[in-house]
Amino acid sequence: MPVKRADKTPMPVRKPEMRAHDFEEVNEGYCFSHAMFEAERCLRCQDPVCIDGCPVRVPISDFMHAVAAGDMQTAAGILRTANPLAAICGRVCPQESQCEMKCHMTKRFGPVAIGHLERFVSDWEMEQPRSEEAAQPWRDEKIAIVGSGPSGLVCAGELARLGYHVTVYEALHAPGGVLRYGIPEFRLPNSILDWEIRSLELLGVEFVNNVIIGKTIKMDDLFGEMGYSAIFIGTGAGLPKFMGIPGESLNGVYSANEFLTRINLMQAFEFPYAETPLKVGKRVAVIGSGNTAMDAVRSALRLGAEHAMVVYRRSENEMTARIEEYEHAIEEGVEFHWLTNPIEVLGEDGWVTGLKCMRMELGEPDDSGRARPVPIEGSEFIFPVDNVVLSIGTRPNPLLSKSTPGLRTHSWGGLLVDEREVETSVHRVYAGGDAVTGAATVILAAGAGKRAAEAIHSDLNAEAA
Amino acid sequence: MVRIIEKRQLTPITKLYRVEAPLIAKAASAGQFVIVRVREGGERIPLTITDYDRDRGLITIVVQEVGATTRRLGELDEGDEILDMVGPLGEAPDIPSGGHIVGVGGGYGSAALLCLMRELSDRGEKTTIVMGAREKDLLILADELGEICDNVEICTDDGSAGFKGFVTERLQQLIDGSGPGRPDYVIAIGPMPMMRAVEKTTNAAGIDTTASLDPLMIDGTGMCGGCRVTVGGEVKFACVDGPFFDAHQVDFDEAVSRSKMYVKEEQKAAACQRSAAGAA
Repeated sequence: MPVKRADKTPMPVRKPEMRAHDFEEVNEGYCFSHAMFEAERCLRCQDPVCIDGCPVRVPISDFMHAVAAGDMQTAAGILRTANPLAAICGRVCPQESQCEMKCHMTKRFGPVAIGHLERFVSDWEMEQPRSEEAAQPWRDEKIAIVGSGPSGLVCAGELARLGYHVTVYEALHAPGGVLRYGIPEFRLPNSILDWEIRSLELLGVEFVNNVIIGKTIKMDDLFGEMGYSAIFIGTGAGLPKFMGIPGESLNGVYSANEFLTRINLMQAFEFPYAETPLKVGKRVAVIGSGNTAMDAVRSALRLGAEHAMVVYRRSENEMTARIEEYEHAIEEGVEFHWLTNPIEVLGEDGWVTGLKCMRMELGEPDDSGRARPVPIEGSEFIFPVDNVVLSIGTRPNPLLSKSTPGLRTHSWGGLLVDEREVETSVHRVYAGGDAVTGAATVILAAGAGKRAAEAIHSDLNAEAA
Repeated sequence: MVRIIEKRQLTPITKLYRVEAPLIAKAASAGQFVIVRVREGGERIPLTITDYDRDRGLITIVVQEVGATTRRLGELDEGDEILDMVGPLGEAPDIPSGGHIVGVGGGYGSAALLCLMRELSDRGEKTTIVMGAREKDLLILADELGEICDNVEICTDDGSAGFKGFVTERLQQLIDGSGPGRPDYVIAIGPMPMMRAVEKTTNAAGIDTTASLDPLMIDGTGMCGGCRVTVGGEVKFACVDGPFFDAHQVDFDEAVSRSKMYVKEEQKAAACQRSAAGAA
């Protein structure tokens, strides 16, 4: 079978010189024949280890079989049962360190493009006609979901499928959490997210925006007068870290959260028709090397930066971004400054003018197992820059834990959960996603939401019995 | 959507709205704020909760038309709806008991002092409000504040009502023993330069002072960090750690500089809005 010896089918992408100036999606997606061809590359391993690489254990081999046969309906069904956010995960999962890393094709020809096929099938599904009639809950119990990011969306969907009344509370004016405010259109179009949310509404899930649990409504009231039987907390890790170096409060310095929220949630790229502004100068330095840093630096490029730079104290090998985002960033002209540690933001008249850095070299491995960057004596130098965007990580937001007596957290802010990894220190209050683990991936959050839904269902059933 | 049930014009550019927001009214404390958005594509702006009525599920906000969003908000009438409103945000201030508490309000800042001063009066504190405006017609809620506080000190730049001069000048006279006398604690709410001037005045006299900062913010939950202020050398987020901070510890130079970050863009957005309104 010659097909099996072919290389991975490349994802069709828009030309870098075109896409680096707008927010349209970079990847164009496979066509039907691409998809069937690529799925045929799957070796049909007796022991499909790719599934072990998937946090929600999508039955990848069955899925491949259906795609190779051109039976997209079946493929979509397989996907959706295992991963309710497939259209999103097909776009944002780090497949190279999960399912595709395990694929037996990886060494010789490159892995089967599991992520691209996940995306193709979900996109196919979105184009199919569907009934716009919303399902009605058939159970009496009401469940409140706090936060509408990936863990909350998945938990809501699973519980609605089981017949519960589910209400999702969102603090912002639009649902989606980090999928809305964090990930840019060129990587995850809002229309995809809107479709997923509409799907949940059709399952009977109710979305309530502009409500901050802990502020607008206290947890006690959700249980008490509002009559919820269980609560799931999926509030994510949205609190930006700052470096604590001088000059961080100068005008023109942003957290990546603020920078991306102004663009993604508030549509600053349409200023002044959208009224939220964003100052992007000619030279923008983004500090950090994760997916958020890539999103920020590529957004800066799209908003007119002539020099969009990533500044990272470690080397390319320790970079944490998805490989595809890194490659796309290079193609688009992003400049990478490895082994460079910012030590001060310089300014004039209150505005950023430069970033003072030190050169680093790699030393012995540190606690994270990665080579520790060590400053090189006397190597200080200055990048002239107009903006600095800090993308050095986020922490769970303490807003809810502070206002809820008995809700226990780790010292770093993550919610403590039981041995099942679902229930918090408060009875019938469950949690999952970044609020528990600290900043991680969409798929891990989705998996946690699913696990919590199962636990809520079995706990409530046990109580009723 | 939040429905407007009452609108009052306080000055040519200042409007008071009572709106239906039962959840916010139920949870609100004096000194907290809301964030509103007026139209799709519009900005999110913070506004102090001027008052709340838990029984009727209403909150009161006062809007001074200074930019595109506040102007748009000012165009809304009774029966209209505000697209988005979220709150109550921030923490209520912790004002020490037993002593002479003086609220200093500049411009629309007086409105923000309304329910705070009432709460303090109800608690049995001796309360004075020092409120200022350029001229008599620009004073807001003077009657309401008069009913609440033990003493009302009105200041106008042109002398058209009360004391002729700045609130800080009258505050200094109080400190020196004039009128209701020396304050034991001062609450400053108003434009950043006014709060900075109040801080200078009370600092020299050694009087504890809290200021309500209203920096630019987006989400209001600590997610963006846009509202960061330096207080006592530490970075704080006004949305979750504030809005009230020890005025003597606030880096006002930085706060003022940050508040001017988008002055040009604000003018551009306002011009764009005006030309769109003109075309329509």
